[in-house]
Amino acid sequence: MIYADNAATTRISDAALNTFMKLSQETYGNASSLYSIGQRAKEALEQARADIASVIHAEPREILFTSGGSEADNQAIRSAAALGLAKGKKHIISSAFEHHAVLHTLAKLEKEGFEVTLLPVHEDGLVRPEELEAAIREDTCLVTIMYANNEIGTIQPIRELGAICRKHGVLFHTDAVQAVGHIPVDVEADNIDMLSSSAHKFHGPKGVGFLYAKKGIRLTNLIEGGAQERGKRAGTENIPGIAAMATALKEAEATLSERAEYVSKRRDRLIAGLSEIPHSALNGDAVKRLPSNVNFCFEGIEGESLLLLLDDRGIMASSGSACTSGSLDPSHVLLAIGRVHDVAHGSLRLSLGDDITDDEVDYLIKNVREVVTYLRGFSPIWRDLTAGKKPFIL
Amino acid sequence: MALYSEKVMDHFRNPRNVGVIEDADGVGEVGNAKCGDIMKMYLKIENDIIEDVKFETFGCGSAIASSSMATEMIKGKPVAEAMKLTNKAVAEALDGLPDYKMHCSVLAEEAIKSALEDYEKKRAEKADAQ
Repeated sequence: MIYADNAATTRISDAALNTFMKLSQETYGNASSLYSIGQRAKEALEQARADIASVIHAEPREILFTSGGSEADNQAIRSAAALGLAKGKKHIISSAFEHHAVLHTLAKLEKEGFEVTLLPVHEDGLVRPEELEAAIREDTCLVTIMYANNEIGTIQPIRELGAICRKHGVLFHTDAVQAVGHIPVDVEADNIDMLSSSAHKFHGPKGVGFLYAKKGIRLTNLIEGGAQERGKRAGTENIPGIAAMATALKEAEATLSERAEYVSKRRDRLIAGLSEIPHSALNGDAVKRLPSNVNFCFEGIEGESLLLLLDDRGIMASSGSACTSGSLDPSHVLLAIGRVHDVAHGSLRLSLGDDITDDEVDYLIKNVREVVTYLRGFSPIWRDLTAGKKPFIL
Repeated sequence: MALYSEKVMDHFRNPRNVGVIEDADGVGEVGNAKCGDIMKMYLKIENDIIEDVKFETFGCGSAIASSSMATEMIKGKPVAEAMKLTNKAVAEALDGLPDYKMHCSVLAEEAIKSALEDYEKKRAEKADAQ
């Protein structure tokens, strides 16, 4: 079995699970209680905050715990919009291939009278700093651009984008859900004002994440209630989840560069192998991409059948085809980098685990090739393409 | 619960009647690449009986399974009976499809009807020529 869908979620690490258990069964008190088990839980909460802050070069008080990346994205964008509104600034800049947690929040804000500019991401899946600078207006209150794309793994020039925002005095948020724990993220050096992250993408538990907000940025509550999280996020803290997230992030940080080097070598081997399948193409820049991400389009086939047949061979992956999303349109990410519908339906994302071996990479290459060839064997599109009735796109 | 029934998975993994009939009496193609599903059906008809049927499909698991099941349901049947095949019957024979995949069974019905219409058209042309 090869689990190659680590961009969807990861297996919780032993150490993180251990922390989770300990805080669930031993130090299970409510951090708001004054007796010792409650206070020990509070200490664990604040230790987690300090540990996480240190990894991304923030201050502990700049870390707000949430239920995950989507909540953090929602809160960051809503907060910036409220601050903008107070100054009469109602323009937001983002990119065409953001996660839906960002795009759908922006769509709602548009209905509330905000204007949204989505920057193109070009064929290589990268935002151009000069295009961001050109898009900034007097009334721009927020720029939100993801650190690394969740489907095609391309890493944005965040430091440059952040510098442009600083220069123009515009708040800069980044959805770093795919980046944190996998590539170096430094909010100070990267000029980031707000950042969203989620634990289950780096071997932490599901249902927990954090929002970094530079001190001085006034946050808007999404959840009203008690005074937890300095009054900015009500509800009894998910301390087992938060502490386990900190354990997972510290582990990830300690091994980050060696993992990145090891996994990206296997990624490149996989890209080279899959590139040999005729009429296929890598999606997104080959170099500026996450160490674990491989995403291809194969002409003449549809992604869901590819996934089901790979599953039969013990390979777990994902696709941007319409059939896997439950809608008629394929992935907005693939459309944003200029893939037409016909080929976007035939996409495959393999997001490798840290322990992937060369043999497993070779197994992936062999099986993807076999299944693609099999499906092309009875695809009417492939027949038309090979008969010269239609021109190949890839 | 799995996404698909055992029947769907069986027809998806081992599709029946896959391929092409070079001298088909009727050919029908429906769907489009933009939506991610294309089905092509080939019929061999003798004495008003569907003697052979083959299909090619570009699409998801349920599209392939629906094509396969539909071909099984009309093989050996009189043309008039095949014309009555409904998408509902195809979906039922597959022990059901998820709601958002019902259009796959609709495509299978349409592909067969399109191939049968092509057959009728060709037959009428032949009759005219004589």
